[in-house]
Amino acid sequence: MSTHTFKPDMPPPGKVFGPMAWVRANLFSSWLNTLLTLLAFYLVYLVVPPILQWAILDANWVGTTRADCTKEGACWVFIQQRFGQFMYGYYPSDLRWRVDLTVWLAIVGAAPLFISRLQRKAVYGLGFLVVYPIVAFFLLHGGVFGLTNVATSQWGGLMLTLVIATVGIAGALPLGIMLALGRRSNMPAIRVICVTFIEFWRGVPLITVLFMASVMLPLFLPEGMSFDKLLRALIGVILFQSAYVAEVVRGGLQAIPKGQYEAAAAMGLGYWRSMGLVILPQALKLVIPGIVNTFIALFKDTSLVIIIGLFDLLNSVKQAAADPKWLGMATEGYVFAALVFWIFCFGMSRYSIHLERKLDTGHKR
Amino acid sequence: MQTQIGAPKQKLSFSDPKVRAWLFQIITIVAVVSLGWYLFHNTQTNMQHRGITSGFDFLERSAGFGIAQHLIDYTESDSYARVFVIGLLNTLLVSVIGVVLATLLGFIIGVARLSPNWMINKLATVYVEVFRNIPPLLQILFWYFAVFLTMPLPRNSHNVGDTFFMSSRGLNMPAALASEGFWPFVASVVVAIVAVVLMTRWANKRFEATGVPFHKFWAGLALLIVIPALCTLVFGAPLHWEMPRLAGFNFVGGWVLIPELLALTLALTVYTAAFIAEIVRSGIQSVSHGQTEAAHSLGMRPGPTLRKVIIPQALRVIIPPLTSQYLNLAKNSSLAAGIGYPEMVSLFAGTVLNQTGQAIEVIAITMSVYLAISISISLLMNWYNKRIALIER
Repeated sequence: MSTHTFKPDMPPPGKVFGPMAWVRANLFSSWLNTLLTLLAFYLVYLVVPPILQWAILDANWVGTTRADCTKEGACWVFIQQRFGQFMYGYYPSDLRWRVDLTVWLAIVGAAPLFISRLQRKAVYGLGFLVVYPIVAFFLLHGGVFGLTNVATSQWGGLMLTLVIATVGIAGALPLGIMLALGRRSNMPAIRVICVTFIEFWRGVPLITVLFMASVMLPLFLPEGMSFDKLLRALIGVILFQSAYVAEVVRGGLQAIPKGQYEAAAAMGLGYWRSMGLVILPQALKLVIPGIVNTFIALFKDTSLVIIIGLFDLLNSVKQAAADPKWLGMATEGYVFAALVFWIFCFGMSRYSIHLERKLDTGHKR
Repeated sequence: MQTQIGAPKQKLSFSDPKVRAWLFQIITIVAVVSLGWYLFHNTQTNMQHRGITSGFDFLERSAGFGIAQHLIDYTESDSYARVFVIGLLNTLLVSVIGVVLATLLGFIIGVARLSPNWMINKLATVYVEVFRNIPPLLQILFWYFAVFLTMPLPRNSHNVGDTFFMSSRGLNMPAALASEGFWPFVASVVVAIVAVVLMTRWANKRFEATGVPFHKFWAGLALLIVIPALCTLVFGAPLHWEMPRLAGFNFVGGWVLIPELLALTLALTVYTAAFIAEIVRSGIQSVSHGQTEAAHSLGMRPGPTLRKVIIPQALRVIIPPLTSQYLNLAKNSSLAAGIGYPEMVSLFAGTVLNQTGQAIEVIAITMSVYLAISISISLLMNWYNKRIALIER
């Protein structure tokens, strides 16, 4: 018996596999596709090289004044010189370590929440949520334990943006959950009040809310009582944002099958315990990505405080660009601000997508 | 022994859920009403102390300031009420232009994100990820301060065929003015539209009765072109153009789109289009591939498959989130306050409030305008949504 030897394998046909085949299939599969590809390449050619040229190749990186920007491209010296103002606003420069410390505390404190093997995360998380804001407030504001008082009018830059966004969402979450529960309540009076509240805030732009908070709030309060500007803006932001959070949470509540409500009732749980122990834990888990998305929207919306004269990141940039010493630097400033906002928002949106995948238990209806 | 059978006498008890519900609601209503009364009372005392008189009389007074863009006639001696109308019209102008352009751009980019062409696909993805993650106000400021205001002066403006001039004062373009053929032309367009509607009805009826299709689109297009064209031949051109020309330091004649308007519409369009693109993409993806295959196996060609099978089903998914994007765009038009485009917020809640000090009335009017816009857009879109919704048996 003779043994049969196979012939060696043929090389893969170049038209089906390999980079050339990929290019053929994905870029030049038909004459229309070829046209589109060429058009796209032309577009990229029009847009990308000038931007690279301006932002990197021809840019000025070293120097201290405007006169050092001798090359054609962007003058990043401006950003370097004003970096402190963009990050901290008018916060006294020798006290800026307090802002840094607050941020580091947040990162270190929140880190255990992202370790999936840790036990009792909910207890820790709640404790963190209660303790951290108090610590952060005293660190930033000062006035106790020998810390110098820094008035909120001196807060600014990215720090103020972060303060407004985090306080806004932290305040809006509990209020929004209550509103969502109220909207699904069986009691008509409560339902009507909640629906009116939610639809009112969702129907008006945030700008008018901020206007209202800054000019009308002082009129609403009893004589002699007045808030500072930041607190007024925060109240406006919280009320506005709670309506959006309420709608997101309502979506989660509606997604919980009726059987869960009935099961909770059959166990003899009253309204608050069935909500707190059965419904909300499931519903909130479902809507975490939605809440992250509202947070992104809020983060972008914080830039509106420019209208009532708070110096957040965007307003700091606008202010710095109007400085006679740095005239004509508007483009650099706005590009920098856009980059910062973009990094935060894009990062959070990626995280939200990741959460959505991770939390998907396959129980969706 | 006889026992009493029947419902036990109802007693008011706190353990009865119904009683509790009533109690809760009464407490809530009392709390809300007293809070409202408290705020109202505070406001009244505060206003008395500051010597502010409430009421809407201020609307009658003369405004006394100039406005950069007004769609209706306006002079400085006109009343605040007229300023309000101008602000409202400018808001509506931006919203309408923005909605139309953002829808067009959004649909194109949404479809491009699904393209099998790798380049187009990636370009669309980059567009969406870049523009929806930058705050709209920042985009508006960027376009305004870094692009439109840095354009050359009118004297050295970018010139497109001697008809369009782009300068730091805005975009100057020819104005269309009505000539004698204008009203006959309008009438002929109305006639053409009526003819198209009648033709469509007839074609649909015939199609249902006999199954013979009719080229509704081409016939309609022909009607829309031929009737007004005939009218123009008989009565003369409906419009004549007034060219902008340089006189001294600025242009005279023609229409001008001020840079504020350009920056605002461009930024809002670009920002909202990124969201619309995502909505369109997910809408088209929600129609299962089986639908396409089924249509093909019935012998439908790609064009009709898209028009009659995919798009109607995708629209059902697209419409509700699209509505909220339109609402967002209308509300975001208030960001114009950042660059001083004269619309509701910057003109009325800004300038008028500062001049009159009537905070409550001005803010209340502004908020109700936005509420009214929101409610009417949602009603309109709900009606449309109901019309195309799936009627389940």
